Parts: sequence; C-alpha cells; structure tokens
Amino acid sequence: MTNPKKWLVPTLYILFLMLPIYGLLSMSVKSTNEILSGFTFFPQNFTLENYKVIFTDSTWYNGYINSIIYVVMNTLLSVTVALPAAYAFSRYRFLGDKHLFFWLLTNRMAPPAIFALPFFQLYSAIGLFDTHLAVAIAHCLFNIPLAVWILEGFMSGVPKELDETAFLDGYSFARFFIRIFIPTIAAGVGVAMFFCFMYSWVELLFAKTLTAVEAKPIAATMTRTASSSGYELGLLAAAGSLTIIPGAMVIYFVRNYIAKGFALGRV
Amino acid sequence: MTKTQSNKAWWLVVPVLILVAFNAFIPLLTVINYAFQETFGNNVFFWEGTTWFEQVLNSSRFHQSMMRQLAFTGMILLIEVPLGIGVALTMPRKGPWVSVCLVLMALPLLIPWNVVGAMWNIFALPNIGLLGHTLNSMGIDYNFTQQPVAAWITTVIMDVWHWTSLIVLLCYAGLSSIPDDYYQAAHIDGASRWAIFRYIQLPKMKRVLTIGILLRFMDSFMIYTEPFVLTGGGPGNTTTFLSIDLVKMALGQFDLGPAAAMSLIYLLVVLLICWVFYTIMMRNEEQ
Repeated sequence: MTNPKKWLVPTLYILFLMLPIYGLLSMSVKSTNEILSGFTFFPQNFTLENYKVIFTDSTWYNGYINSIIYVVMNTLLSVTVALPAAYAFSRYRFLGDKHLFFWLLTNRMAPPAIFALPFFQLYSAIGLFDTHLAVAIAHCLFNIPLAVWILEGFMSGVPKELDETAFLDGYSFARFFIRIFIPTIAAGVGVAMFFCFMYSWVELLFAKTLTAVEAKPIAATMTRTASSSGYELGLLAAAGSLTIIPGAMVIYFVRNYIAKGFALGRV
Repeated sequence: MTKTQSNKAWWLVVPVLILVAFNAFIPLLTVINYAFQETFGNNVFFWEGTTWFEQVLNSSRFHQSMMRQLAFTGMILLIEVPLGIGVALTMPRKGPWVSVCLVLMALPLLIPWNVVGAMWNIFALPNIGLLGHTLNSMGIDYNFTQQPVAAWITTVIMDVWHWTSLIVLLCYAGLSSIPDDYYQAAHIDGASRWAIFRYIQLPKMKRVLTIGILLRFMDSFMIYTEPFVLTGGGPGNTTTFLSIDLVKMALGQFDLGPAAAMSLIYLLVVLLICWVFYTIMMRNEEQ
C-alpha cells in the first residue's frame, strides 16, 4: 500500500487483540509470589512450573484430551449428516423445505441457557451423562444448522450440469456424491469443519452441564480450579494459554480457505 | 438455480432431522412442562396455567435484565460493526501480510469462552493485571469488581475484543470478491473515497454484513460464559444479562416454573427478532 496511514488501523487493532493474550502468557510464566507482589510487565523470574503441573497432573491433561475427543467427534458427526441435507436444500424443492431450513436455523439462535437443565435430565435418562458422546451430540444442536447453512451456500455455487452429467454416465447417487461432489466442494467442507470445530471447542455451558468426571472438558477443570483455590492465577493462566494452541493450529491450516470460503459461501 | 421438485429429498434430510429434533424437541417439551405446572419432585405436577408467565412478565428483575441485555447488545453492535468495517477496509489486499493479519485477527474467535473471561479478568485486575495496573498508575480509579461503570465498560470492551474479528473477516471476504477493474473505473471517473465505499464496497459487503450482524445479535443476546467468568454478573446485579439471570434462577435457586416461563419468553423474543432479520435477508438475496 502506498498510503502509510492505512497500516495504522489494522496494526493498532492487532495490538489491541494481542495485549490481553500477552498478559495471559506473561502471567503463566510467573510464580504465584511474583503475581501477588505487584504488576511487572516482563516476568522477573521466568518459570515453567505452572506448565509442569498441568503436564504431570492427570486431572489437568485429561481435560485437554476430553475436550479434543468430543470436539473431533462432533465435527465429524455434524459435517457428515449436514452434507446430504445441504445437498437436498440446494438441489431440490420439497414439501416444507423453507420452513424446515428456518426451523434448523432457530436452533442455532436458541440460547443454550434455556436447554441446560433439560439437557442434563435428558442425557441422564438415556444413560449418556458424563460421556464424550453426550457432549458431541448436544453440540449438534447449534453446529448442524450452521454446517447445513454453510454447505448449502457452497453447493449452490456448483452448476447442476455436474450432477446431470455424472448420472448420465451411470454413476449411482452415493458414488457420485462421494467421488465427485464432495471433492468439488472441498473448500466448503473445510470451512464448515472449521466452524464446527470452533463453536464446539469454545462452548462451555453444555460441556460443563453434561459431564462430571470421565469426560470433563478442560474449560470446566479451569473454572473449578478458579473457584476452589482463588489465588492460583499462574496455573489458571498457563491452562488458558494452552487452550489457545489447538485453535491457533486450526486457523493456521485453514488460513487460505477462510477468506476464500467466506467469499464463496454464505458465511 | 432452478430446483427440481422432489419429495424424495426428505430422505437426505432425515439424519439431520433426527439429531437436531432429539436435542431440540424433547428439552423444549420439558421446558413447556415446567412453565405451566408446579412440581415438588417425584414427577408430581400441578397445573398452574399462566401464573409463572404473569409473575415473570411483571417482575422488575426480568425487566432489568432485559434492559441490560438490550443495552449490551445495542452497544456492542454499534461499536463492532463500524470498527469491523473500518479494519476490513484498511487491511492489505495482497502480499504476505494478508495471512499474518487473518491468523492474528481470527485468534480471539477460537479461544474457549471461559478462557476469554478469565483472560480479561486477569488483564483487568487492579494492581495485578496489565490494564488495571496501567489505568490505576495513570491516576484513573479503576476497579471492575466494585464499580458498576467500570464493570460495564470492561464487559463491552471484552466483547469487542472477542468478536469484532468476525465482522472483519466477513467484510474482508466480501471486499476481496470485488475485481480490480471496478476500482480502476472509479478512479478514472474521479469518484471520491466516500463514493467508492457507498456504491462499490458497501453493496458487495451487504450480504456478508447482514449475516455478521445476525450472528452477532444472536450470540450477544445469549451471552453467558464470558461475563459470568469476568464479573460473575456483578457488582451487585449490574452485569447480569438474560442468560446469567436464567441460569441463576434455574440451577441456583431451582425456581423451575418461573425459569421455564422466562426461557420461553426469552426464546420467543430471540426468534421474533431473528425472523425479521432472516426475512429481510432472504428478500435481499432474491432481488
């Protein structure tokens, strides 16, 4: 860019985004004494003690494993069932299609707080309480509608001639869908998976309500630590810093798809 | 695209329908059950009619959290939308900096919501946190755990920090679909900066921007985790938004009847506003 002033706005914005993250990272490498004795911009006594606690204590590191298990389960489940549905919405007109589409979206709009208590009762009743599967299925409530919405946008961008030619060539529906159609909208599948991963990874209310010990997510481990021993700020900061990593990795892998995907699809 | 009429397409939707309906219908029926009845456990219910609804609609507690919610959603939309458009307009279009900007800006979106709350709590703690310490050493008396105004400002800025990037990414995607020729043509015609924005950039951003505003409206209207971790709804009740109030009522006090009635009113308000948005959006798309 020739205009140097143009750099100012994004730079300041990114600086604003990075400051709280820096605060968290720097606190995670301080000792409790240093944190409580007053503010220091740079850590005076650099220590990895907080991280060591997390990587050696099974209640901590199991939290990460649990979270990743249900997030991956949910992402795969949501996108798999959303693919044929999105195809139906993009290619066919059928009885009640518009109402069904809006009804799906309303589930993305419903505040999770409304469902917290009924979810607890429902999943206890069917014996899924405190399993990864329970959280993975519960997160479908908002991730499936979103995935259908995104994928439908991508699929509508693919000309119908592709389908017709394939059927004339004697492809069965299933074979056409898996061999030809899904590879064509690979970018869309990537974007949908990104969003499902994102919303499942950041959600806490359902994940906390539906788990106790076996499938407890890292986010819930953190809140319980925070309330039981209020002064372990360093440990909390270290746990928080580690939760940034999976997200950062996912963004890094899909960085080229995001801008392109947004432009092509609906979201 | 012309669509084929075929009711067989229903079969493709069935898996989605089963999963979402399982999660949506049964819990909603539970909520309706509680909203019209009184229970003392053991699955014994007494019909209450609309008592709980009248109680909730007449309670100042509900009015206050609804007002706080509307004020919060209004404030964050007023800040995030113009800021997001501004950042998207000034972002580099080409070159290696594009990826760097995108990755750094998307980062807050992928941090678990309670970590966002915890991060801002740590960031804003007076004397200990970066923000709190800096403000106080500049002579500004700032303590978000005790001053309602400070708590409000911190919550709003936290949300701006968390979600403006979504608007930026959406607008940026809209902008990057504009071919260079348009700008060259505008340049030759001697169009002003404002004219370029108004007649070239804004129309291209319109669709994604509507989606962005809709998503931000929905998500901010159901915000729970971040303010809960940051302020716990306090000091007093000053940052108790609808969801926090609802969870307090349902799981804290176990007032199931009023909580269920409130849930339904809350749901209807959200659905109504979203339906209006959705209708406008679809009409725009058809044009």
